[in-house]
Amino acid sequence: MNALKPKHQRLVLVVLALVALVGAGLLAAYALRNQASYFYLPEQMLADPPEVGQAVRLGGMVEEGSLHTAADGITLTFAVTGNDGSRVPVRFSGIAPDLFVEGSGVVAEGRLGADGTFVADNLLAKHDENYVPRELQEMEQHQAAKMAEETTVGLE
Amino acid sequence: MIAELGLAALWLAAALAALQMIAGFMAVRQGASSELASLIRPAAVVQGVLVTFSFAMLVWLFAITDLSVKLVASNSHSMKPLIFKLSGSFGNHEGSMLLWVMVMGLAGALIAAVEKRLPENTMNATLAAQGVVSLGFYAFLLLSSNPFERLPTPAAEGMGLNPLLQDIGLVFHPPTLYLGYVGLSVAFSFAVGALLTRQVTPNFARAMRPWVLGAWVMLTIGITAGSYWAYYELGWGGWWFWDPVENASLMPWLAATALLHSASVLASRDALRTWTIMLGVVAFSMSMVGTFLVRSGILTSVHAFAVDPERGTFILVLLGIFIGGALLLFALRANTIREGERFALASREGALVFNNVMLSAILAIVLLGTLYPLLTEAFDVRVSVGPPYFNPVGAIFTIPMFAVMAVGPLLRWRQDRIDRIGKEVALFAALVLAALVLVSLLSEIAILPLLGLAFGLGLAVASLMPLRRRKLSRTPLSTWGMIVAHFGVAVALLGMASESAFTEERLAAVEEGGSATVGPWTVVLQGVEPVAGPNWTAIEGRLAASYGGGEARVLTPQSRNFWAPLQQTTESALSTRWNGQLYAVVGDRAADGRWQLRLWWKPFVTLIWYGGLLIALGGVLALVGRVHSDLRHRRLASRIAERRADREAVA
Repeated sequence: MNALKPKHQRLVLVVLALVALVGAGLLAAYALRNQASYFYLPEQMLADPPEVGQAVRLGGMVEEGSLHTAADGITLTFAVTGNDGSRVPVRFSGIAPDLFVEGSGVVAEGRLGADGTFVADNLLAKHDENYVPRELQEMEQHQAAKMAEETTVGLE
Repeated sequence: MIAELGLAALWLAAALAALQMIAGFMAVRQGASSELASLIRPAAVVQGVLVTFSFAMLVWLFAITDLSVKLVASNSHSMKPLIFKLSGSFGNHEGSMLLWVMVMGLAGALIAAVEKRLPENTMNATLAAQGVVSLGFYAFLLLSSNPFERLPTPAAEGMGLNPLLQDIGLVFHPPTLYLGYVGLSVAFSFAVGALLTRQVTPNFARAMRPWVLGAWVMLTIGITAGSYWAYYELGWGGWWFWDPVENASLMPWLAATALLHSASVLASRDALRTWTIMLGVVAFSMSMVGTFLVRSGILTSVHAFAVDPERGTFILVLLGIFIGGALLLFALRANTIREGERFALASREGALVFNNVMLSAILAIVLLGTLYPLLTEAFDVRVSVGPPYFNPVGAIFTIPMFAVMAVGPLLRWRQDRIDRIGKEVALFAALVLAALVLVSLLSEIAILPLLGLAFGLGLAVASLMPLRRRKLSRTPLSTWGMIVAHFGVAVALLGMASESAFTEERLAAVEEGGSATVGPWTVVLQGVEPVAGPNWTAIEGRLAASYGGGEARVLTPQSRNFWAPLQQTTESALSTRWNGQLYAVVGDRAADGRWQLRLWWKPFVTLIWYGGLLIALGGVLALVGRVHSDLRHRRLASRIAERRADREAVA
């Protein structure tokens, strides 16, 4: 190590630091492409399902009448519906968020099982008027627009 | 009247910041002889007093719940307990920005009042830089987030504070974190001042070091407090979520940790000059990136109080000016900084440089992971980045860092041979390997917690090794600081690894009188009762928890309903033993009358926060040691000067 020409030490340090940082950047970029968990709407999940076991998020409306609690008292099953009537069954074990009810929006974090059921580790529901999961926020806007469209058809 | 006084003080403080900036830059131009130069320090001190007064007025408004002030009406409530009224003054966007500028004003006042070691010219440039940064934030506060705005007609009742924030954590977490964030602005100003006057010297590093240490200690405490708060308040049993807001506090901490170590090298060895300056700029830039992420409303979380694109743009522009300006200055001046002292790769400097690079790499990984979702969102692709990314990718750089951290303090400055400390290295390696083999044989745990346990154990022992062959009573306080802080890292690491390796979770529906078990604990649900607080009602479960059949302790987790604003929160109940914590949450009632219980047994989880506190304690010891020895040197120097003057007078 001491054979290094002293004159070049600063240069060597800079190069080493750059290599490490660029390495970290490349590694991060590579890992992000593989590890980021993507957001799916029910229709997207049915049309182009993610790989089984890959961490993704599913967002939609909880279908009316689909929410059931299993006999163990802690496992919930329900269906999430999209804009065009597509539905994905979801299973969740845990304490659901407070404002999680039928007919409201939900974002489920988890993975798609081999049987086509989405197994959620976590549910995000509308918390209060100030804290709405980002995906839900926008979905409600879309739906409001759609509803407005439907109710104003033919009025002109 | 109170609100108007506060606002007037704030405008005056802003004017003084402008004076400080202009006078500072003119003094740097014309040399310290300029008349304006004598105004700089008083301006900084008075500015600190004014902005503190302004903040006190805001706290006063919250204390008396003056509902004619918009901020109070939209964030407070007359029925709230007094402590949360007071802490609620910074539990919102405007108030927290006022807290930010207050801390900045105080830091500026403090350096103006006590820092006498640096050449006057460098000090003027430093205070001018501090003036620029403060002025930007005053402008932000006054033009787009005025905390003292009145309502045309006073509100009948306030809207209340987010219940998640109505907790003692709010009293500690934001102020300490801000002290850290903003304390780094001092390091930034020092770096800019030193660049402007071309005074990147060991003296500069010695002057900067206590400020960096202080900011770093506060940041450490703030992060530790925030982590524990999130752990018990959110009711998910997690202590770190890789949430963008958490990352926003971790990034300045990583940069400050690197800065702290490189400033040490510059102070004692006069090496790493450019690198230290660069880190000074980066550390505060990360504070501002954090503020931007949290305050601009591009993230949704409990921390993002305001969603207002105008504010986001304002902070982004400020960010661009400060960081861009500093980097430009750095690019222009970096080549004029003379190269520092050289050192061999196998030396204490070498180890410190290696870990500096590792810390920077981890910083880059966290930064990219945090910004990536924002970037993809611009292309309408929604992603979220979480532990599956941060944990393994971070570990690639963290593990070598721990290895070097174990042996680095044993090396000598400038030049050393690894074989001189061969025994210690072998001991560390043996400990790590033995732990790896033993733990993986005894239990089946994932690779990362396994590595964490092994390195935590090795590091705990290695961090004490610099004490070997030293007289304990004669070891300098700052060395003790390093040892305690490094030991704290090991302790926290053991806690994290143990939590993720050995946590047991149990989710059960239990009828009253029924029981559930988790790990060594048996928990009996004795009953569920309604209870009421000052601004909430709750359902409270009474649990009798016994460890290994021992005496039962009563736990009372609640599910609270606040009425202003209308919101439900989960209040977890904790039972702490020396070897871990039982974490209990009560959930909904199932249709058949059973109650949902969620229980976790988390062995040694408390080590995480004890470790954090030890790290902070190490910082405090180092700070006290440095300041103490500095004062002694100064006294000695003045005595020598006196004697010399006497002798000359006699001659």
